[in-house]
Amino acid sequence: MIHVIAFYLFAVMTVASGAITILSRNPVHSVLWLILAFFNAAGLMILVGAEFIAMLLVIVYVGAVAVLFLFVVMMLDIDFAELRAGFVRYFPFGALVALVLLAEMVLGIGAYRAGSLSLGTPDGTAATPAGASNIEAIGALLYGRYLFLFEAAGVILLVAMIGAIVLTHRQRTDTRGQNIGKQNRRRPDEATFNVKPEVGKGVQL
Amino acid sequence: MSILLIVFLPLLASILAGFANKSLGFVLPKVLTTGALFIACILSWPIFISFLSGNAEATVVPVLKWVASGTMTFDWALRVDALTAVMLVVITSVSALVHLYSWGYMSEEPDQPRFFAYLSLFTFAMLMLVTADNLVQMFFGWEGVGLASYLLIGFWFRKPSAGAAAIKAFVVNRVGDLGFMLGIFATYLVFGTVSIPEILHAAPSMAGSTIGFLGHRFDTMTVICLLLFIGAMGKSAQLGLHTWLPDAMEGPTPVSALIHAATMVTAGVFMVCRLSPMFEQSETAMHVITFVGAATCFFAATVGCTQWDIKRVIAYSTCSQLGYMFFAAGSGAYGAAMFHLFTHAFFKALLFLGAGSVIHAMHHEQDMRFYGALRKKIPITFWTMTAGTLAITGVGIAGVAGFAGFHSKDAILEAAFASGTSVGTFAFWMGIFAALMTSFYSWRLVFLTFFGKARWNQSEHIQHAIHDAHGHGHDDHAHDAHHDDAHAHDDHGHDDHAHAPADIGSRGPDYADHGDGTGGYHPHESPLVMLVPLLLLSLGAVFAGFVFEHYFVSDGEGEFWKGALVFHEHLIHAMHGVPIWVKWAPFTVMAIGFLTAWYGYIRNLDFPRAVTEQLGPVYRFVYRKWMFDELYNTIFVKPAFWLGQVFWKVLDIGVIDKFGPDGAAWVVARGSTYAQKVQSGYLYSYALVMLLGLVGAISWVIAG
Amino acid sequence: MIGVEHYVVVSSILFVLGVLGIFINRKNVIVILMSIELILLAVNINLVAFSAFLHDLTGQIFAMFVLTVAAGEAAVGLAILVIYFRGRGTIAVDDVNRMKG
Repeated sequence: MIHVIAFYLFAVMTVASGAITILSRNPVHSVLWLILAFFNAAGLMILVGAEFIAMLLVIVYVGAVAVLFLFVVMMLDIDFAELRAGFVRYFPFGALVALVLLAEMVLGIGAYRAGSLSLGTPDGTAATPAGASNIEAIGALLYGRYLFLFEAAGVILLVAMIGAIVLTHRQRTDTRGQNIGKQNRRRPDEATFNVKPEVGKGVQL
Repeated sequence: MSILLIVFLPLLASILAGFANKSLGFVLPKVLTTGALFIACILSWPIFISFLSGNAEATVVPVLKWVASGTMTFDWALRVDALTAVMLVVITSVSALVHLYSWGYMSEEPDQPRFFAYLSLFTFAMLMLVTADNLVQMFFGWEGVGLASYLLIGFWFRKPSAGAAAIKAFVVNRVGDLGFMLGIFATYLVFGTVSIPEILHAAPSMAGSTIGFLGHRFDTMTVICLLLFIGAMGKSAQLGLHTWLPDAMEGPTPVSALIHAATMVTAGVFMVCRLSPMFEQSETAMHVITFVGAATCFFAATVGCTQWDIKRVIAYSTCSQLGYMFFAAGSGAYGAAMFHLFTHAFFKALLFLGAGSVIHAMHHEQDMRFYGALRKKIPITFWTMTAGTLAITGVGIAGVAGFAGFHSKDAILEAAFASGTSVGTFAFWMGIFAALMTSFYSWRLVFLTFFGKARWNQSEHIQHAIHDAHGHGHDDHAHDAHHDDAHAHDDHGHDDHAHAPADIGSRGPDYADHGDGTGGYHPHESPLVMLVPLLLLSLGAVFAGFVFEHYFVSDGEGEFWKGALVFHEHLIHAMHGVPIWVKWAPFTVMAIGFLTAWYGYIRNLDFPRAVTEQLGPVYRFVYRKWMFDELYNTIFVKPAFWLGQVFWKVLDIGVIDKFGPDGAAWVVARGSTYAQKVQSGYLYSYALVMLLGLVGAISWVIAG
Repeated sequence: MIGVEHYVVVSSILFVLGVLGIFINRKNVIVILMSIELILLAVNINLVAFSAFLHDLTGQIFAMFVLTVAAGEAAVGLAILVIYFRGRGTIAVDDVNRMKG
């Protein structure tokens, strides 16, 4: 019983949060509602028994990605007033198309009543071993069968990090830093030189 | 075998000289090609002499396999018999001498290797033609000489008139070649082979049969022979397909001497004689040949009387003499035709080369109205040209001896008379008239050029030469601008049309001019390389008739020809039995012509103008070459151009291009203009489109 | 009882919301990025639900990788946003038609 209530609670909250995320006029609000959506989705996952993924969602998505969003939103000097201008014109058509899509997705795969979705049968290689907790089982699989993909995911993250840095890196033109190496390489005999300029002419450095 | 050397050495030399072009310098290509020709010449005379002595037999030297397609097989093979031997000496001797002559004549030409390569190429093609053992090989040679003629006539291709003349020659030849090709096809159809000996052997069996042509039945041999004769008409410039020969004078003079006097134009005669057993089977064809030859002979002689360009006179003279050869062949006297071909080669080449020498001396002036009094200035040229003129006019005593043309031309006229047919008699009278006119215009040429008073100062070329000699001191450059191309050599065969307004005959210098007309110009004799060929050819012109008559046309004919061509014993005997006036008629008309020319161009210089004014329209008609060019222009050339324009502008551009490439491009351009508008640049619209696509795909899947 | 269908429906609604969010926002690039995160979240819920009901851990492993990629993509996307803002001074997208054909 409580299972059902919990499910509907979390589900409704997730959907509502998602809706308000996209409809909100204030981007900061949008981020916060997104965070709520993530939390509720994590709750849904715990209900199902995938606690590792749920925690991962909270730590990574909420703790890192959403915070990043917040940072950027705060950093950019956004004019909130301008953003309030409406999207009312396009909303009905878009909503219609979205509804159509939703209907097709639900009806098409036969999820409109309980028990009508036929599941396939897994081949058992990734089945949860008896007695092991979720996290142990995932650990065994990840470092066993899917090791290569795991490492590749690490590489993807590395690339994304480098990409983000490269994109946003900029040289500041109004400051002048020290080039220590250059300073160290200077030798006395080339530090100064004598010039004899002609009268009226300057020195060419 | 020496025949292989004779035929292929010129080809080799031509290829080397042609592809190396100027990378070998000038001297090496010239030496290669001339050397090759001289070797070929030296090898040819023994072959000829061996046939003369009756020792040689006809031989066939196979060279290479060519076609083996089903039942049709023929190979490259070189046939040497008496007829071939005659042509070999003619071709190689004249070609070798022309090569040597060109050393001097073309000495200032920047494109010499190309010229000599073309000359040797031509010689090779002609040799292939005459040594052909099958009709297709003969056609190869036929086309080859046509090609070489085009290349050589248009040698100075930067001059528009030369290019046009080359195209005209090729196109008119093509018309003849069409007939020739149809003849070959018909021959193959009827005889099942293209090998000449087999055809000639089988020819009598086809007499009297009929063949379907253009929907009607005609006599087989007549059809075949007439078609082949059309080819001969084109190549040998007979009436109807003659228009290219005068314009071919746009080429350098050595070319005219080699191709349009001695060799290429005689290919038609050669072909008729080679296939004489075939022609014998069709009396109709023989009559047609006789008629056409006679008409050509007469026509060309009339036009030659009126021309002012020295090369054109000789060109029309060639055309006329070819007519002689043809009506001799048509009357059955193939030996006489070949004899005339033989002697004609020598004296006509001599006349052309001599004319070249005169042109060279007169700084490229070709109009005889600006000549005069040259015999003391260029004596060797004068004497050799006189020898040539004596030969062509047929000076000689009947029954005793004479110059070359005397023997051969008289043989032809006697044969025509003796054939007894009405068309033969017609040919005889045409020939007599033509002989009169030949004598007239030949002596007219000599008198205008070498005798009388100098009329040089009116010539643009001479004035140009004098200005050059004075070092452009007081030149008006506008005057110089008149000289197109301003190269060392342009032999304009400029048409006298430009100089022939209403007062023809009164235009140009006054022959009765009493002042000094030299203008300070000093013509000089040609260099030795040019004089030696003239001297050698004049030997031929003087002695060839007398020496060789016995073999070609008289009783010795049978032993000489030995079946290489048909000879009629009875015709020979009839020729001996013609009335005495027939034997003396050529001499008589020659004398009349000589006297008329002497009167008009030495004694009474107003006489020609008086005559032309009297004859008025007739004179103009003849001067305009019987309006053939204008006729063909209206009937063929203009409609062809118009058709070409239609096919180009309306069909090619308007239809094919419009609906094809241009149309496709236009559609793409228009379409992309519309398609462009979909790309708004806004991200959200792209996202919307993607979403719509996704929804559509899912709907598709669900519905299906 | 709660079957897998319920989770699928929830996931679908979230997905559609995310898609909707992308193209009704003309004035705010950040919301587009957040909509993408919503989509990815929906996919994650779906994967996890199926993994649980099939007793096959592959789904959860895959969800983890999706998480990884989403994080990376969010980082790069925000970096692009920062540059975009630096260049334009606004995060409104409805004036940007530089890709116009």
